[in-house]
Amino acid sequence: MPSRTARLSSGTGIFILASVPYLSARNGGTPLKSFNSPAWLNLLYVPTVVLLLTFIVYPLANGVKISFTDWDGFSQTWDWIGFGNYRRMFHDQDTLIVIYNTFIYGVGSTFFQNVIGLAYALFLNYKMRTAGIAKTIIYLPVIISPLIMGYVWYFFFQYNGGAINDIILLFKSSPIDLLGNSKVNVWMITFVNTYQFLGIAMVIYLAGLQVIPKDYYEAAAIDGASSFSKFKNVTLPLLAPSMTISIVLNLIGGFKLYDVVVSLTNGGPGYASSSLSTYMYRQYFTRQDAGYASSLGILMFAIISLISLTALYYLRRREQDI
Amino acid sequence: MMKSKKWLELPALLICLLHILPFYVLLTSSFKRESDLSSKWRIPTYWFWDNFKEAWNRADLHRAFINDLVITGCAIALLIVLGTVSSYPLSRYRTRWNQFMYSFFIASLIVPPLSTLVPLYKFYVDLGALNTYWGMILLHVTFYLPITIFLYTGFIGSIPRELDEAALIDGSSRIGVIFRLIVPLLKPVTATVIIVNGVNIWNDYQFSIFFLQKTNSRTFSVALSAFFGQYTSNVGWVAAGSVIAALPLAVLYLFLQRFFIQGLTSGAVKG
Repeated sequence: MPSRTARLSSGTGIFILASVPYLSARNGGTPLKSFNSPAWLNLLYVPTVVLLLTFIVYPLANGVKISFTDWDGFSQTWDWIGFGNYRRMFHDQDTLIVIYNTFIYGVGSTFFQNVIGLAYALFLNYKMRTAGIAKTIIYLPVIISPLIMGYVWYFFFQYNGGAINDIILLFKSSPIDLLGNSKVNVWMITFVNTYQFLGIAMVIYLAGLQVIPKDYYEAAAIDGASSFSKFKNVTLPLLAPSMTISIVLNLIGGFKLYDVVVSLTNGGPGYASSSLSTYMYRQYFTRQDAGYASSLGILMFAIISLISLTALYYLRRREQDI
Repeated sequence: MMKSKKWLELPALLICLLHILPFYVLLTSSFKRESDLSSKWRIPTYWFWDNFKEAWNRADLHRAFINDLVITGCAIALLIVLGTVSSYPLSRYRTRWNQFMYSFFIASLIVPPLSTLVPLYKFYVDLGALNTYWGMILLHVTFYLPITIFLYTGFIGSIPRELDEAALIDGSSRIGVIFRLIVPLLKPVTATVIIVNGVNIWNDYQFSIFFLQKTNSRTFSVALSAFFGQYTSNVGWVAAGSVIAALPLAVLYLFLQRFFIQGLTSGAVKG
């Protein structure tokens, strides 16, 4: 809903601002003093600032510091090793696989969630009795812990007695190893993440569809547009803002994937299905390589902020072009 | 907007079935004896409630339930209070300084919680905050404050300023304006704040697994993951445990569905 001020151009805004002292002067003297910003009111957000500085900014700064050391996580002594940890990332085969996996989780889930979410939104936007129930069911996994969702799907993917292999055994003589095979399990994890959170994309697109004016479709129909052309030239461009939100959101969620990986494969076999989050955990707690773990954390922070900001910038510009 | 098309009900029904399958398999597994090796697709011919009893006792879910309730409850209460109080000056007095502070709050949304795990863990060891309620609560409050402030600031901005001014003229104090005028108007956005943060904090695993490692401080997710690691082969117990953990939110969701979808989406849209 555009507010009244939003519809005015910035020129009008300046005009209104400039006229404020005028108006109040006409009403008899100086503006009421009590309406000005009393500086003490800003004290109200001091607790928030303290919390953010203590638990986000300070650890982040400390994390950058630790990432330049070879600290083991508990000793009192450590050495500066400069960019050693960062250089190591690009030579270590395991780390490269993990970074690759993280991109599959991030970009892959985002792609599928948006394609399927959009398809569901378009479909369930038709009037039908089942639509309400369908939305409820598709959205249900969103509120369930990703860890538990992972366990549920584990019952499907299991090698012995898994629900999927029960079906495969009807046609083939041996079951398929869905979680132990490093080429497949990464995609299984992506699938579970997609299944769980595509409800969010769907709801965002459904909300976006509600605000497209009907006249656009009627006008397109009069011009003899096919339904595909209506979709391509009316629906899709007008959904651009919804798309921005949904894509950025899913990217952030996918790149920091943790719970599902833990419950399905625990990052294994070896590090074959690890995400940056689970890999970092192992470097820190299992291998006591706190310096390296910290540099991985900083890498994750850099990737997520870079990608979400780039996506935001690019998609916003596309919105304006349309 | 579109005409009703009867034949579309069929694919819609299929989609429903496809999406409910995981829950179906979860339920059938949770009622089966360990010795029952029939396919997970098959509904058991008996109800075996022992799985639920075993999961509840062995994973100490009773304790986990209380821990989760205390942590989520306190964190949400603090988020509401700190969120409201911080958002008022930010949305009412848009000085350049306050706009900068607002950007700072929102920018902290980008920091993925796990990226600071190493320094945070060390910090918590030094503070003695591991395995404590307050340590966990403060962590949740900090990481969910930015989104809370975002929601509240936006909402307060939509309340006409004239209301504040009228109350001030009537002799109300500034604090009185916040608590007697603004706070009662915030009910809808507070519902959103409770749902968004409640779901995330209740389900949290990535923080809890590091900071609540002692058996008696575990929340649902942590207790379940430990239980799962111990009894991977006993599918019935694990399934029953998962059902118990998922049930509270699932029931709330089915009854308050509209609020959940609206709330989570607006939280998501803004996050």
